[in-house]
Amino acid sequence: MPYTKRFDGRKFDETRKIEAEVGVIPNADGSAMFCFGDTKAIAAVYGPRTLYPQHLQDPTRGRLKCIYDMLSFSVTERKRPGPSRRSIEISMVTEKALNPALKLEKFPNSAVNLYIMVIQANAGTRTAGINAASLALAHAGLPMTDLVSSVSVGKIGGKICVDLTKDEEDYKEKDEKDTTDIPFAIMPRNGKVTLLQLDGKITSKELKEALQTAKKVCNQIYEVQKKVLQEALNK
Amino acid sequence: MAESFNKKKIESFLERGKRFDGRNLLETRKIEVQENIVNKAEGSAKVKIGKTEVIGGVKLGLMEPYTDSPDAGTMMVGVELSPLSSPDFEPGPPNERAIEIARIVDRGIRESELINFKELCVKKGELVWCVFIDIYSLNDDGNLLDASALAAAFALKNAVFPKIKDDKVQYGELTTKKLPLKKDIPISLTFHKIGKEIILDPILDEEDSSDARLTIALTPSNIHALQKGGEEPFTLEEIDHILEIAEDKAKELKKELKL
Repeated sequence: MPYTKRFDGRKFDETRKIEAEVGVIPNADGSAMFCFGDTKAIAAVYGPRTLYPQHLQDPTRGRLKCIYDMLSFSVTERKRPGPSRRSIEISMVTEKALNPALKLEKFPNSAVNLYIMVIQANAGTRTAGINAASLALAHAGLPMTDLVSSVSVGKIGGKICVDLTKDEEDYKEKDEKDTTDIPFAIMPRNGKVTLLQLDGKITSKELKEALQTAKKVCNQIYEVQKKVLQEALNK
Repeated sequence: MAESFNKKKIESFLERGKRFDGRNLLETRKIEVQENIVNKAEGSAKVKIGKTEVIGGVKLGLMEPYTDSPDAGTMMVGVELSPLSSPDFEPGPPNERAIEIARIVDRGIRESELINFKELCVKKGELVWCVFIDIYSLNDDGNLLDASALAAAFALKNAVFPKIKDDKVQYGELTTKKLPLKKDIPISLTFHKIGKEIILDPILDEEDSSDARLTIALTPSNIHALQKGGEEPFTLEEIDHILEIAEDKAKELKKELKL
């Protein structure tokens, strides 16, 4: 059966309900929460502060160090606390997704520590994490050339969809997995892509279409992010 | 260490019966509890004490029972002092402070026999439930210990069993059956001695200036766990004094929190 109607009734290029807020962690220098439906991530930024051990210091620029983690009870089967191969990879790609937007050359020998915690997971946790992190970095007042906006796109049973849920990621056609998942992030102002991953099976024509859709949706997310920051400033 | 107020200043305030945030020495901050906040957990709760915030969750898993108790379920308590919650916390496996908190919370629950482990037996000698209680700090402004115990208590209180099929947990499918809990949920109260004074529910600056600490986990009828911390000793008189206050305070909190 082709995937003609989404499980939750959304349009194919429609995200789940987005909620965002900054300043959720009083101790942090900057913090934010971002939700795609029931996928919820929070991010906290500490720094810039002097980077130790000293041999890691770079006199030409500061370093963004990101750690992505999930609550053990954010998923259906308990996740053991502590880092996993998956979380280490996501931490790294998140770092690289955000780095291009940060003007870290202003903070030589320093570290900006970014911590992302997934509170509740229903797919799209890394993209929600990046959106929260981007807000938290801006909320911390760090000099940035732009925000980073992120969403996952994919192909489910031949249809290009945005912001996949877990059910959609697990979609099967004739007992065979028929989903392609593409986490994507972009700096909307200059249109440069900072995160791109894919797993699945897709033609290059379909991929091009998916990326155009992702870009369009990221622009909508960007507007939400700007609005949230603006409102926090006006408070 | 976070930038802390001068210890002498805190002591001089306390001697005059005052605290920086205007509370009496034995007054707790406002406590807010939000239950069932993570839909993937079998039970969960967010607890705020002033600006201190923790989130606790319960997951259930099936396992083979320990050979010395073939008909009893088990429990594991973990505490993660997340680097997200304080500039003083480092990433990495739980340190001694996190482990101490987890063990005190564990003892309060275990020794008060809050959970009826016999009722967690699915097949004697073969299959029992394991209750995983995990607590994460979200913002540390002192007294993570009592906040963690409360989060664990509320998460347990609203936890339900997942479905089982062919001796396997059907994760994501929950029943409406609650965990077998006793009515008397233990309350944990941590007292701190700063100079000569005894206080309850410290903010971070007070905690950093603490000379000694005594945690009590109690139900209306009994005391189930004690843990002394800090470098300085207590006199027996001080301990008597703390015990008396603890009983009244625990009753007060139980009523206030409907626990």
